[in-house]
Amino acid sequence: MDAMQHSLLRNARFKAWEPLLWLAAFAAPALWPGHALIVNEIAIVALFALSLDLVLGYAGVVSLGHAAFFGFGAYAAALFAKLVMPDPLTGLLVGMAAATVLGALCSLTILRGSDLTRLMVTLGMALILLELANKLDWLTGGSDGLQGVIMGPLLGRFEFDLTGQTAAWYSLTVLALWFVLARRWVHSPFGATLKALRDNPLRAMAIGIAVHRRLAVIYTLAAGVAGAAGALLAQTSGFASLDLFALDRSADVMMMLVIGGVGWLYGGVLGAVVFKLLHDVISSITPQYWTFWIGLFLVVLVLVGRDRLLKPWLWLGEGKAVQGAPK
Amino acid sequence: MLTILFDGIAYGMLLFILAVGLSVTMGLMNFINLAHGAFAMVGGYLTVVLTQQYGVPFMWCLPIAFAGAGLLGAVLERTLYRPMYKKPHLDQVLFSIGLAFMAVAATDYFMGSQQQIMQLPDWLRGRTELFDGERYALGMGHYRLFIIAVCAALTVGLQYILAKTRFGSRLRASVDDARVAAGLGINVNLVFAATFAVGSGLAGLGGALGAEVLGLDPTFPLKFMVYFLIVVAVGGTSSITGPLLAALLLGIADVAGKYYVPKLGAFIVYSLMLVILLWRPQGLFVRKGGK
Repeated sequence: MDAMQHSLLRNARFKAWEPLLWLAAFAAPALWPGHALIVNEIAIVALFALSLDLVLGYAGVVSLGHAAFFGFGAYAAALFAKLVMPDPLTGLLVGMAAATVLGALCSLTILRGSDLTRLMVTLGMALILLELANKLDWLTGGSDGLQGVIMGPLLGRFEFDLTGQTAAWYSLTVLALWFVLARRWVHSPFGATLKALRDNPLRAMAIGIAVHRRLAVIYTLAAGVAGAAGALLAQTSGFASLDLFALDRSADVMMMLVIGGVGWLYGGVLGAVVFKLLHDVISSITPQYWTFWIGLFLVVLVLVGRDRLLKPWLWLGEGKAVQGAPK
Repeated sequence: MLTILFDGIAYGMLLFILAVGLSVTMGLMNFINLAHGAFAMVGGYLTVVLTQQYGVPFMWCLPIAFAGAGLLGAVLERTLYRPMYKKPHLDQVLFSIGLAFMAVAATDYFMGSQQQIMQLPDWLRGRTELFDGERYALGMGHYRLFIIAVCAALTVGLQYILAKTRFGSRLRASVDDARVAAGLGINVNLVFAATFAVGSGLAGLGGALGAEVLGLDPTFPLKFMVYFLIVVAVGGTSSITGPLLAALLLGIADVAGKYYVPKLGAFIVYSLMLVILLWRPQGLFVRKGGK
């Protein structure tokens, strides 16, 4: 028992390289002020991917409509800033709260059915919100997007400037906070039950885990995180448009997560960095056809297997590993 | 009103032909193939290129579209798809989305991003008006009538193959339980390869027929992926009557929704799907005894 507790605790502890990574991330906007905007973008999509990781990596719910919460949080924050008050932190809380409520409602829809059903239900939700945002143009600006969002200074002191340094630090701070929280969740007993029900819902139910309740809770929490990411995007760009809800966004974030590694909190962060950089490089070479290369990358990634692509030395010991693997 | 019903039926029939292959392969191998629309696009572009640049008559193009897409399906099944059957659903989704992305970008590169125009033969143009009353006017576009006739014939043919032939019973056995079917000496891999090829071929035929009605441009696979998936998810994967009724329902709801409440747009279709899936998560029509 002691040995098991030890290994569980060791996994939960911070590693030596982790503070360095975060320090580097926070130093980046100061060292390269010209790249602060892309740091901001990466921090936001990393937060979004973190949210999907909670749902997909830890609870095993395949979702093609996670952008629903992202967009909902973004629109809520943007509308709040436009109509009520321009304080960013209050707006962030509003965006998160709105997405959390939506997540609680939607969590009822993902409890039953196969992967295909969940895929369709989550996708359908995002599409319904997209249609709503499109048709309620007196409120959301329809297909022109929600314009005229002016944010006040952060904490009453730091203005959002054109270089995006304030925005980058703001997003990184929110990301770091959620990351620490998510870490607590997944290493808690609650997180352990999530992994159990992801691996086998039937057995999890048999040993007394309330599968439906756990799924609903994590889906709601993850929706709140996605809402925070959306709110950050709306606030730092001062704009909210229909493509926040689009299928591409849900598919992109799923790709990032898979590139970085599912069921590992840094997976989303790493995937977001790699995906954004890949996007930048490829679209500077062929702006129109970059989807071809990203598609090819995905096909190869899945066919070869992520582990073997990133760690080529596995090719050598493969025969042995397959024979020795328990069925 | 009847006209809307008629258009909806034509649309639904078309969706059925496009999606039936997806439904059978999904039921057979439990494989989520989001790239199915790419085969339909291949059929559509084959027809456009053949009619416009080589002057092949439209009626000849339909079987060619079927054969072309089916052949492509068979080749891809053998080379790329087969290793994916055992993988988790997440991998399958990513793999097939990757394929769809590649198809979209490649078509854009070779054919250009503009909408393609289908040249129909004269006898398929025009309209017939029946019951010239106030309320029950029925205007039938000849082309839509043709679509309904072709699709109905295909449906009857498919149903016959599935219900009466030896291949059909093998296919049904494999769908219900692939392992036991293999144990009985059925070559499940071959059954599956054939089904995949025919399903892709049907999608190609649907793409050729539908290019006029649905519009054909490089984003076709992604634009209609949602509709195919709705047909399959709502109709269930264990029979072809399920997807047929689901496709008709979807077609009529979509056409009627766009006509009567254009402000709500596709909202109705998505909401309807959500409600049906919440009510019956496995689809409307589930055969008992299957896996």
